[in-house]
Amino acid sequence: MTGSIILALAGAGLVGLGLYGVIMRENALHRILAFNVLGGGIFIVFGFAARRGAGAGFAADPVPQALVITGIVVAFSATALATAIVVRLAAARDEEHADARSAKDEG
Amino acid sequence: MMTAFDAGLGVLLVLAAVRVVATSDVRAAASGFLAYGMILALAWVRLESVDVALTEIAVGSGLTTIVILRAIAHVPSPPSSSTAGAKAAVGLLCACVTLGLSAVILGLPEPASSIAADVAMNMPATGLGNPITGVLMVFRALDTVLETIVVLLALIGVWALVPQERLAGRPATPGTGRSPEPVVFLARALVPIGLVVGAYQVWAGADVPGGKFQGAAVLAAMGLLLMMAGIVKAPAATDVKLRALLLVGPILFLAVGIAGWPLAGSFLGYPPGFEKPVIIVVEIASTISIGLALVMLVLGPPGRASS
Repeated sequence: MTGSIILALAGAGLVGLGLYGVIMRENALHRILAFNVLGGGIFIVFGFAARRGAGAGFAADPVPQALVITGIVVAFSATALATAIVVRLAAARDEEHADARSAKDEG
Repeated sequence: MMTAFDAGLGVLLVLAAVRVVATSDVRAAASGFLAYGMILALAWVRLESVDVALTEIAVGSGLTTIVILRAIAHVPSPPSSSTAGAKAAVGLLCACVTLGLSAVILGLPEPASSIAADVAMNMPATGLGNPITGVLMVFRALDTVLETIVVLLALIGVWALVPQERLAGRPATPGTGRSPEPVVFLARALVPIGLVVGAYQVWAGADVPGGKFQGAAVLAAMGLLLMMAGIVKAPAATDVKLRALLLVGPILFLAVGIAGWPLAGSFLGYPPGFEKPVIIVVEIASTISIGLALVMLVLGPPGRASS
């Protein structure tokens, strides 16, 4: 059980590190990665709750485990959507610059 | 002995996260994230959650890293503008969050709250051997239905980002031009094995660790490998067959849910005596839909310039 507590404390560390990255990194993709680090930490703390809830013949409470599996898949979907939006934004900015340049050339 | 192992694992995990967050190179952060995901999966095994470990390694770490790596070339990195003062203030804030969370972890009430006993009591009625699958498909089936719909919504969101006329184009596959020989060989040698592993994970998930999400992720990876090798073409977003297969899982799940009212007296109730066959059919349909949705999410918006 002490081992599980150590991992949960590492999870708490991941939450802080992820939060730092979400606030301080300038590149949007880097922020998305940091957000996933933060999420991983929260999941691990929840996994510790599952481990503490061991009983009735299970090594860990199955309900939080199932919720974390759902969470990981949803987090990936959100990551893919966020990444697509970031790429689209960068492309839109490029188009804008190109438009501004051609307008200047004509004027 | 195992405590020492856990301590080492915890230190490695934090170091990997530091690597992801502290580097200013996004490409290095992404490869660091892949390593972080692998270590995280080991931590899940140590927390006796093998089902979660399988999901983390396939979806959380593998697919997420591919999506980010493919996008890096398209997104410019703005120059760093944060001052040392800001760094220190934010660092202090984040340290406080970590310390607060640690205090909560150390101060959790005894005995721990658990609904494991309820699950154990009701498992025989489901005909399943894996309690996680029991929770996902029976006790918390509503979450799982909504989740398959969330994956679909994310995909619709990605597709909605391109102008109408480009929607009919095929998404760019990872890699450009002619596929390198080793990738083609890998696709030919690995895909048959991967298909068996993925299908086994779905099938065996009823009784041992595994299930549709893990299986779908392995199958999706095999599909992506075939596309990278140029053996299979990426389907266009307007493909009717693709759309039908994306919808079959959620629609079948919802149909079973609605049929639960007359047959079992509640939404998402399974007809008594037929729980396991119905669950397996829904699992297989969901695997197809989720697997394809994962492939299309990794491929990204249709008609994008290849990376």
